[in-house]
Amino acid sequence: MNVASLLLLAFTAIVVENFIFSQFYGICPFLGVSNKPSTAFGMGMAVTCVITLSSFLTWLLYHHILDPLGISYLSTIAFIVVIAALVQLIEMFLKKYVPVLYEALGIYLPLITTNCAVLGSALINIQNGYNLMASVVFGFSSALGFTMAMLIFAGVRERLVFADPPKSFEGLPILLVSAGLVAMAFAGFSGVNIG
Amino acid sequence: MNRYKSILCNGLITHNPTFVQLLGMCPTLAVTTSAINGLAMGLSTMVVLMFSNLFISLLRKFIPEQIRIAAYVVVIAGFVSAIDLLLQAFLPELSGTLGLYIPLIVVNCIIFARAESFASKNPPIDSMMDGIGMGFGFTLALTLIGLCREFLGNGSIFGINLFGQSFSMLIFIMPAGAFLTLGFLLAAVRKISFEKKQESKDEGGAR
Repeated sequence: MNVASLLLLAFTAIVVENFIFSQFYGICPFLGVSNKPSTAFGMGMAVTCVITLSSFLTWLLYHHILDPLGISYLSTIAFIVVIAALVQLIEMFLKKYVPVLYEALGIYLPLITTNCAVLGSALINIQNGYNLMASVVFGFSSALGFTMAMLIFAGVRERLVFADPPKSFEGLPILLVSAGLVAMAFAGFSGVNIG
Repeated sequence: MNRYKSILCNGLITHNPTFVQLLGMCPTLAVTTSAINGLAMGLSTMVVLMFSNLFISLLRKFIPEQIRIAAYVVVIAGFVSAIDLLLQAFLPELSGTLGLYIPLIVVNCIIFARAESFASKNPPIDSMMDGIGMGFGFTLALTLIGLCREFLGNGSIFGINLFGQSFSMLIFIMPAGAFLTLGFLLAAVRKISFEKKQESKDEGGAR
């Protein structure tokens, strides 16, 4: 794969097939921690870190261990264990060596194991037959798309505080409706025909 | 017998995982483009939930406290892989449309939540009942959302076209429609439960 096709892959992953607004990976943290831009950014960075590393590791695991041994049907189990271990390791590493970052990301880290964006991107890499480079690029850029979506929506939510919806729409329903409106904006990108 | 019935009802209505507890939002939004897809996703999740609850409950005395999350993950992932392979073998078309969301049942928060809050503390049969109840509640919610989206977006119900080709609001099949439909359905559920509460308050006042 040359640089141009990698850039294309990245662009597609960030806007056209945005994880949140067109693929629905990682909706729980998206609705849970997008109430302030700063927390949204923190979660986004933590997810980016984990997805990039896990794309790299799961690719190696699949192509050098699972596939040669003919046990690729175990990939879901193997991947989730790798991701859980990775999250734990990152947490321990940050706590010891980069305490400032740990303080900032602390509460979001354990949540990442059950974020389907992480397992999702690892499985997509294998399913689409990306090579190692493309897998890492895809993981990184879809995580960037995730972060961008979180930040955009955090901005929307800050305004939403001042809105006065009907009583039964208060809280999550109005949030979902506004997410629907942002998703409509993103649907505009799906018409972009790159090639 | 009554105890099992109340466990079942708990999952189905009073603590419905989708409309009340708001768990497992990713598959709820992603696969509900038609009623059939919603139903299939709900049923697959129910089977996994039932077996994982049963096994985690059976193993609850052996799993050490510190590594319980990891142990749950492995048990759940095992059942998910089994379902995934079974669907690929016997219902390849369905497995194609649900795609990645079948392996992603592993990270569905409903299953974790039930393992942690119910199966790890209750006997096996109760836990299995809880799995069936919660799974059924999830299936019901997903089918309902799928039904609304399919009807509005395609003019059909369970694949049967009602109004001919001209009736379709494509937006409800698209991702944006998923957010909108769930938002409005949630609001409707809340409206109904507010009214119920109001009624019972009025009755209480009259007495």
